[in-house]
Amino acid sequence: MKNAAIHLENLSISYGKTPVVFDVNFSVSEGESFALVGESGSGKSTILKAISGLAPDWTGKISVLGKPRGHAPDREFAKVCQMVFQDPYGSLHPRKTVDDCLAEPLAVHGIGGRDTRVKDMLDAVGLDQRFRFRFPHQLSGGQRQRVAIARALMLEPRVMLLDEPTSALDVSVQAEILNLLKKLRREQGLTYLMVTHNLPVVSFLCDRMAVMRHGRVVEIAEVDALKTGRLSDPYSRELYAASGGTLQPA
Amino acid sequence: MSAPLLEIENLTVTFPTSRGPVDVVKGISFSLGRERLGIVGESGSGKSMTGRSILRLIRKPGRVTADRMTFDGIDLLSQSERQMRELRGARISMVMQDPKFSLNPVMTIGEQIGEALLTHKKLPRSELKARVLSMLEAVRINEPERVANLYPHEVSGGMGQRVMIAMMLIPEPDLLIADEPTSALDVSVQAQVLDIIDDLVTGKGMGLILISHDLNLVSRYCDRILVMNSGEIVESCKASDLHKATHPYTRGLLAAMPRMNEDRDELPVLDRSTWTTGAGT
Amino acid sequence: MIDWLLDDSPTSRLQANMGRAWRVWTALLRNPLAVVGALIVLVLVVMAIFAPLIAPYSPVGQDLANRLMPPSAEHWMGTDELGRDIYSRVVYGARITLLIVTMVAVIAAPIGLVVGAVSGYFGGWVDRVLMGVTDIFLSMPKLILALAFVAALGPGIENAIIAIAITAWPVYARIARAETITFRDSEFISAVRLQGASATRVILRHVLPLCASSTIVRVTLDMAGIILTAAGLGFLGLGAQPPLPEWGAMISRGRNFILDQWWVATMPGFAIILVSLGFCFLGDGLRDVLDPKQGEKQ
Repeated sequence: MKNAAIHLENLSISYGKTPVVFDVNFSVSEGESFALVGESGSGKSTILKAISGLAPDWTGKISVLGKPRGHAPDREFAKVCQMVFQDPYGSLHPRKTVDDCLAEPLAVHGIGGRDTRVKDMLDAVGLDQRFRFRFPHQLSGGQRQRVAIARALMLEPRVMLLDEPTSALDVSVQAEILNLLKKLRREQGLTYLMVTHNLPVVSFLCDRMAVMRHGRVVEIAEVDALKTGRLSDPYSRELYAASGGTLQPA
Repeated sequence: MSAPLLEIENLTVTFPTSRGPVDVVKGISFSLGRERLGIVGESGSGKSMTGRSILRLIRKPGRVTADRMTFDGIDLLSQSERQMRELRGARISMVMQDPKFSLNPVMTIGEQIGEALLTHKKLPRSELKARVLSMLEAVRINEPERVANLYPHEVSGGMGQRVMIAMMLIPEPDLLIADEPTSALDVSVQAQVLDIIDDLVTGKGMGLILISHDLNLVSRYCDRILVMNSGEIVESCKASDLHKATHPYTRGLLAAMPRMNEDRDELPVLDRSTWTTGAGT
Repeated sequence: MIDWLLDDSPTSRLQANMGRAWRVWTALLRNPLAVVGALIVLVLVVMAIFAPLIAPYSPVGQDLANRLMPPSAEHWMGTDELGRDIYSRVVYGARITLLIVTMVAVIAAPIGLVVGAVSGYFGGWVDRVLMGVTDIFLSMPKLILALAFVAALGPGIENAIIAIAITAWPVYARIARAETITFRDSEFISAVRLQGASATRVILRHVLPLCASSTIVRVTLDMAGIILTAAGLGFLGLGAQPPLPEWGAMISRGRNFILDQWWVATMPGFAIILVSLGFCFLGDGLRDVLDPKQGEKQ
């Protein structure tokens, strides 16, 4: 698999002495949008953390765009892969303006032309220029999440790790953010690895998905199998029923 | 139909801010019989404030006014704080979002449920214990004896929420207000918890106010639905008629939700400018 | 101007930061005790800057004919055993007091902040070593420790400042560490790390600004203690040396006449109490404004 954006082989992750993810194998090809689905404690977010370097305690193999990953965040990796977090209230520094937040990755990597880059990025994520010098507490949840997405895109990465990017948002705001993520992926040819517990969101945004339970992948399926309800593993079916039941019978 | 259990007319909740008072609930009216009413809205819509103001739980700088707010013939507005304390729990109960913050960490689950009953009724010890265990059974906890001796941090979120429900229902109130009772829980556990609430409420002929941001969930578990947006009720309909909703906000919310079999390339986005004033928190 | 400060959509970094500062300031003004505290501190600063204009006499000029005069129209606070005007000495003493508190704050706060932030951010053995050192300093009584240092370094105002700073930083290290630990694993710190920022950069640019406000509050509240320690050292003859008009040293000299000429010791004592109180009020007010978490508990 040469053109795999993310490739995991026999990945096991633990927090201290507690193992949380066991022997996970999958790969995401470039340009694909892949979902990790499961309930809390299934280890889905931990996989994102291991890839990004925030959960350093793992064995097995992780490679991103053909390069093997180390166990900590590093500068070169930062340029190709970035992460968007779940909680828009916790992922922005409370004392820094939107401008500081977006210019920071450029400053870290010594990239010039910050002023125009920040302005362009605000346009790209659909934020008005008047938000540029606001503090996070002056923004709504959806606007914060746009800032977080903009921050992740500042270094022009090719792979994005999305950790429940819409689960803390209202339905109507969720729709805006999902549309934005879809648009950005189309325009910039991004690869998404998204963690979520919301199956309809997978149906809207993803091409394939892996269902996780108790730290193991129980099924990898095409999104069509989800749309038509043809999942094979009993747990995936249970999950499907639990969230499918909440759908409108119409 | 007999006289309604709860009648509310022109309820307004006001909070002072540095830029003058802000109404978070703007003169809403509704009544409730022994039925299941769902209040749906997004964050900042005032749905939680509505639930709290029924129990007079709005903290001080906030002010509650209403032309009429009666519960089973009792005027809630004129009750003293002491009389309200007797009402709370005994006749009107509330289940909150996160069991972690609502349970006392240094008391066992059995003690807490017993305490909830004892504050309203004097009972001998043996009978109290039996009541607690049967209540735990009623919320489908398998080994009530063992669970009664656990501390809150030793149980899962779903079980914690079931314990909360047991605590709230053991004094056999007439009205249960459930404010986002399942949004901290996994989808598969959500259904279990709501089924339990549903069984107990319909079984005992209580009234239920289910407050949630999730339209589908509310439409499944309620008879009637109120949709709130920035402090006002924009839509009131039978749960089964939700898909016939007329207000653009309700329609917008329904359309904005991704479906399991999603074929739309883009989700329709609410055009808020048509009916909101843009006051955000 | 106020509209510009309170603009919800600032157009520059400067405006955004000024707006924030303005909001803190107006919130502070709503607290009457904080205003009183700020006024006292302001008076201290003004007195220190314009001491030669405010003081009617020289602080060191002796007038043996007028020894130990009680307070009067010529000598508002009376005179001391060498006939020096106590009011003038108190005014000039403001300079010394201000010098001591500022220097101590400038030396101790950054050391404490950095030690605490590094300790909290890295955890593990770094934390254990740094906190071990901090605990050793914390376990010794401040004045005794300062005494030991002054004894080793020799008496004098510079050495007093160094000694007090050495005893003051561990508290800030503790605070900074506790704060750092609360948000070390938060998502906004993770986000900066994922952008490839070095640990130094994360600590200096992202962690320290968040510890700063609680440290500022703590430093302000500690000012009273610093003034008292300085006065204590002066009283024991190990701080500022005569004829410098240091308040603690003045009390010390007045002790001999405390029964008959009460004003000699009392006047600088009042000054110490008043300024300590001022810093306490200001610190409490600042805490309510900068550190809402703690304020709510009251």
